[in-house]
Amino acid sequence: MKGYELYLAIAYLVLGPFVGGLIDGVSRKVTARLQGRVGPPIIQPFYDLRKLFSRKLDPVNSLQMPLVVSHFIFAVATGFLIFEGSDILLIIFVLTLAAIFLVLAAYSTGSPFSAIGADRELIMMTAYEPMVILTLVGFFKVAGSFHFGDIAAVGKPTILLLPGIFLGLVFVLIMKLRKSPFDISTSHHAHQELVKGLTADLGGPALGLVELADWYESVYLYGLVFLFFSWNPIAAVLGPLATYFIIILIDNVTARVKWELALTSAWIVAIVAGVGNLIPFYLIARVVH
Amino acid sequence: MSAIEKSPWLIHYDASSCNGCDIEVLACLTPMYDAERFGCIVTGDPKQADIFLITGSVNNLNIPVVKNIYEQMPEPKAVVAIGACAYSGGVFAECYNVQGGVAKVIPVDVYVPGCAAKPESILDGVVRAAQILAEKKKAMRKARRAARHAESPAQEAAK
Repeated sequence: MKGYELYLAIAYLVLGPFVGGLIDGVSRKVTARLQGRVGPPIIQPFYDLRKLFSRKLDPVNSLQMPLVVSHFIFAVATGFLIFEGSDILLIIFVLTLAAIFLVLAAYSTGSPFSAIGADRELIMMTAYEPMVILTLVGFFKVAGSFHFGDIAAVGKPTILLLPGIFLGLVFVLIMKLRKSPFDISTSHHAHQELVKGLTADLGGPALGLVELADWYESVYLYGLVFLFFSWNPIAAVLGPLATYFIIILIDNVTARVKWELALTSAWIVAIVAGVGNLIPFYLIARVVH
Repeated sequence: MSAIEKSPWLIHYDASSCNGCDIEVLACLTPMYDAERFGCIVTGDPKQADIFLITGSVNNLNIPVVKNIYEQMPEPKAVVAIGACAYSGGVFAECYNVQGGVAKVIPVDVYVPGCAAKPESILDGVVRAAQILAEKKKAMRKARRAARHAESPAQEAAK
């Protein structure tokens, strides 16, 4: 079991950028088709990344680049630890640390736009983190393990046991992927109010690294979605695809919200759907013992 | 084909005048005209932009802004001056505070004609600017190679 998980983690390291880039490219294409236009080629994100890395490195200060590199390393490490089946506490710490490094990189530049973007990213972190923890706890309650392989091979329809948790995870996925209506810290679309927010002072290879880290993150996040559907081969394919499409649809039909609404709605969903979903597990455990 | 030609990111700025061309620029960036099919993204961030779309006649007040945006953009970069005002000052050319054309402040690579310019011709200007970017990139690479060759005999002599 352990050996197979290590292979999975290594495959994530090698193939992550390709899968993540395609996830981004297809979502841009689907967005374009939803708006009735042709849109960029599916491999457009790879063109963008190649261009960003062909640029000269021109950091604003000496602190910015080490922080961006640390963000990249810890974002990749989060996924590696998830697929490798590491301890849940370690995963949460590394996930938080990755996000914190990007916030610090934004704060380090002195640009008012990236400072506001960093403020908002911190708010988003407080919004999504409780739900991410509840998701991992939910998996433990179903599978009795924190290991990715064990949860994937549990043989139970996880989605039917954890519908509230799934709803909450999709809600915070929109935040973590920085899709509308929760793209308040930075956005892939034109972002008139904050220029580029969190990434306003990043250019060339630095922005390329942040982009690459985003691709790795989207792979492990959709990996978590896959765990809900892993009991049946057809559901395992259709479930994540449907989730992916719903997130793109929400991105296209909603307007950006204010941070107050983002924070309170995320916590309400986490408490009602997430905790509400977990309560029966504890009650049943009490009855059985 | 150079990577930069397939992913030209845009920044736009309206340097005074009637605003008509800027509205056309925004129109050409909406889903209707689909600039994204050429790989364009509107960044609004000079550090991430490759092509500078500029409209208007440029007056004394916004010269520093235009220069600031231009200087923050990384090399290679291209400037597309859109409309009659950006070419010569247009109907505002005689005004006391008007510079009369973008080229008096920053170097221009592509002129898009019109008063106001049509979204289709603006898109054509962007595509041409992307080709110019690729040529500039090639020239930069060549210059760097030439500099390296010029350096090496001197270094050998120093040894």
